Amino acid sequence: MGHSIAKIKRISIVFLLISFVGFVNESKATESEGEFSPKDMILHHVKDAYGMHIATLNFSNRDPLHITIPLPVIIYTDSGFTIFSSSLFDHDYHGHTIVEKGGLKLVNLHEKVYVLDQGSDSLELDAEGHPLNASRPIFDLSVTRNVLMMWVSIVLLLLIFLSSARSYKKSKKFVPSGLASFVEPLILFVRDEIGRPMIGDEKYKPYMPYLLTVFFFIWINNIFGLIPILNGANLSGNISFTFTLATVTFIITTLSGNKNYWKHIFWMPGLPVPMKLFLMPIEIIGMFVKPISLMIRLFANITAGHVIILALMSLIFVFKSVAIAPISIAFSLFITVIEIIVTAIQAYIFTILSALYFGMATEEEHH
Amino acid sequence: MDLITPEFGLVFWTLVTFFILLVILKKFAWKPILGAVSEREEGIKNALASAENARIEMENLQSDNERILKEARHEREVMLKEARELKNKIIDDAKEEAKRQSDKLVRQAQETILTEKKAAISDLRAEVAKVSISIAEKVIRGELSDADKQEKLVNSMLDDNSLN
Repeated sequence: MGHSIAKIKRISIVFLLISFVGFVNESKATESEGEFSPKDMILHHVKDAYGMHIATLNFSNRDPLHITIPLPVIIYTDSGFTIFSSSLFDHDYHGHTIVEKGGLKLVNLHEKVYVLDQGSDSLELDAEGHPLNASRPIFDLSVTRNVLMMWVSIVLLLLIFLSSARSYKKSKKFVPSGLASFVEPLILFVRDEIGRPMIGDEKYKPYMPYLLTVFFFIWINNIFGLIPILNGANLSGNISFTFTLATVTFIITTLSGNKNYWKHIFWMPGLPVPMKLFLMPIEIIGMFVKPISLMIRLFANITAGHVIILALMSLIFVFKSVAIAPISIAFSLFITVIEIIVTAIQAYIFTILSALYFGMATEEEHH
Repeated sequence: MDLITPEFGLVFWTLVTFFILLVILKKFAWKPILGAVSEREEGIKNALASAENARIEMENLQSDNERILKEARHEREVMLKEARELKNKIIDDAKEEAKRQSDKLVRQAQETILTEKKAAISDLRAEVAKVSISIAEKVIRGELSDADKQEKLVNSMLDDNSLN
């Protein structure tokens, strides 16, 4: 146990340092239509959206041309499922365009579908911008741009790994060739630098599929988030995504916890009874804090990276001067390069911490 | 607040997608790849072990070879020594035999010569006796032809005999 604690300490110092890279104060710019608002722009880029917006042409025009890939909006209300194309909102996310579908009046307010109450014809907002006469559907299972990018990413992952797995079958002596020779060192890295040392030589094997999948899933989505034309496909910087993966890690940790693990949580061995009682609530909180820290770390790091890059780019529009552009571009290029490293580091951190938690859950007593 | 509130829809899709990915990759990618890698590692380990074994065996063989070579050399020396001894013995034997043979021949020759000589001597003796008898006869006949002489002879003979 002492060994593991030392490990956590060492790792968490590194992570603390990494986590502080780029927390930015939220821009205080006020939101008003027509006027450029960096906060509005950045938040819309960082958050999810119903359509996949690629570009806006004719920006200065009163009627700009938006190029958007329409995606299906799937909502479940009291009257069952309603499915329609996001293009029906006509690029509106201020709740102006009302889509009538299946007897429901639907609006898009900041990329969230609201169902208008019976009898009302337009959305009314209170002073803080919350809807007064509309409510969220029971379930919103829309294929948003993050879902789309997630599917693109798994198609790519499947292509990469299934084809490299095939190349092993073809070569009789299990020698990697082509794509496999690129992929194998990464897989071996996850096995030899994450799985084995954190969980232990005897027990790491059942956890390898999860660790490998989560590592590459996070990494590729981190990379996707950096590709400019995919405009804020900020899946791994979305709290829903990190919440899900952290929950899976938590469930696996809890299910694989052995007697020794639970004993360390509820009745810390080798301590006087008052200390045992004192440590129990801390350890119980720690059980939940670990996955929560996983969730927040990944979300905050990736989102922060996006926010910095977008904020630097916004400078051009805030100052309304092309002269700022070289500086903005130079800085955002610099941050982008850092972010490329961060994509791998964050995937590595998430995976190694998950492995560490599994290792702690399965560690045998050795007193 | 929106930013840090998990959305049900995205959580749902992430969960579904992640599990599909996990199941497919586990069955069709991680298992074969990790299997191939560990099989290869096992193979390399075995190959190294068998190479080590082969090296040890080779060493054993080499020491065996050396031992056999040494033995063979020793045996050859022994055989050569024996052969040399045998050769010397044969030569010695032959020499002795030859000597014996020659001695025998010489002795036989000597014996032959001796007998021949004896025969020749006895022959000569007989011949000499015959010749001396005939000479004596002739001498006696000449002596006896005169009376005086006969008397003288008889006297001398008598003298001789009387002295005895």
